[in-house]
Amino acid sequence: MAEAARKIPAPTPTPETAPYWEAAAQGRLLVKTCTACGRPHHYPRPICPFCGSDRTEWKESAGRGVIYSFSVMRRATPPYVIAYVTLDEGVTMMTGLVDCDVDALRIGQPVRVVFTPTDGGPPVPMFTPR
Amino acid sequence: MTTKGKAYIVGAFEHPTRKAPDTSVAQLHAECAQGAIADAGLKKDDIDGYFCAGDAPGMGAISMANYMGLRLKHMDATDSGGSSYLVHVGHACQAIAAGKCNVALITLSGRPRSEGSSGTQVRSRGTGVPEEPFEIPYGPVTVNLYAMAAMRHMYEYGTTPEQLAWVKVAASHHAQHNPNAMLREVVTVKEVLESPMISDPLHRLDCCVVSDGGGALIIARPEIAKSLKRPLVKIIGTGEAPKHTMGGKIDLTYSGAVWSGKIAFEEAGIKHADIKYASIYDSFTITVLITLEDLGFCPKGQGGRFVADGNLIAGTGRLPFNTDGGGLCNNHPANRGGMTKVIEAVRQLRGEAHPAVQVKGCDLALAHGTGGSLGTRHASATLIMERG
Repeated sequence: MAEAARKIPAPTPTPETAPYWEAAAQGRLLVKTCTACGRPHHYPRPICPFCGSDRTEWKESAGRGVIYSFSVMRRATPPYVIAYVTLDEGVTMMTGLVDCDVDALRIGQPVRVVFTPTDGGPPVPMFTPR
Repeated sequence: MTTKGKAYIVGAFEHPTRKAPDTSVAQLHAECAQGAIADAGLKKDDIDGYFCAGDAPGMGAISMANYMGLRLKHMDATDSGGSSYLVHVGHACQAIAAGKCNVALITLSGRPRSEGSSGTQVRSRGTGVPEEPFEIPYGPVTVNLYAMAAMRHMYEYGTTPEQLAWVKVAASHHAQHNPNAMLREVVTVKEVLESPMISDPLHRLDCCVVSDGGGALIIARPEIAKSLKRPLVKIIGTGEAPKHTMGGKIDLTYSGAVWSGKIAFEEAGIKHADIKYASIYDSFTITVLITLEDLGFCPKGQGGRFVADGNLIAGTGRLPFNTDGGGLCNNHPANRGGMTKVIEAVRQLRGEAHPAVQVKGCDLALAHGTGGSLGTRHASATLIMERG
């Protein structure tokens, strides 16, 4: 598990997102995919935001992607990095970048998922350069 | 049904305060209403429609209607963040055109400065917000969300920090003439770039001010507008459109202005070159640059070149913008800049802007608001207004 410099607020699972957080606790990243239209989406929902079908299912992501965009929050002590990462599975998710030189990050850089502890809740997926 | 020309802006008021520790938000709303009613030359009892958003205390529009003693036939508390008040103008046009009300009041007020709010704090919107468990842990604050849009725009189009800085420089040139503006000092590109980095690539001077205050507008049907003594400001085009994360198909390089602007321009039936003045929501410098592209004032990706070299400065630039100093220098009451965008456009069309920044022959103006987070989850709203 990656060390978080910042105290990470705990996400509150809901019945519809519980499997995502249970998998996160096991170090696995899930992506919801629609079997009707074939498209993955994020954040996960029971009803596909593209075609409206309720035939959605959880699929495990390989946990690899590239940085779509990021920003180093310099006003925080210590600074932290918020980012959007595009997974190989095709969705772009808000996340954080950890275990990295914040001044050497670049858009397009390959990253892999790491799970970061939160303040009293399930861990959240963040990413680190690979 | 088009609402083109079916309603006019007859009253506009920007509260002069920028810090109001001893005035309640409700009182600020009422003071703004009073100011706009007086500006129009109307009486409170003429108001039969009322519009407010999430900054108004209480349940929807009811508590403020109660506080101000309004007797209403129509109310609307649509909240789309900082663009709400432009959305309200559009909705007021629709209500008036449909005969649901005759004179609509729109108010905004807030005290983020006195209450210690800033764009560097994580703000939850309450329990049950579906995206929040997937976002809040990562520390999204207003500035780093806009910063990511700027980073991606730079990556895709080669936009530079210097080009972003020009937006602030232009705003500061205008603010020097506004006695109520929070920041009246003219700044240079170098000074913007040397100000502290807040969230890469946005410096402190790429960010808007945090101010207390508010504003109000009065919208009325044409017969009423023509019976009043104020210069006429006709609403000829309105458009609104939300943009969101689209199921994870995120593209941070454009905003909902691509849709709201198209709707408004089509309704108005005018060309971009006809617009003499533009109020563009300027929460951050990048907001202006991306919005100008999306509205079609320049091709996508060319916003940096468009805003550079003082092109937004009144008197010398091709498209004078935010001649009150905008959110970047003048005022950003309630952390919602849409209201003041409309007010300055009204001043320009009336010929009542400061003489140093008044656009000569300003007969067509545009105002645009962006509420929420640029590139991801926000609502865009565009207004096109004509003098006379």
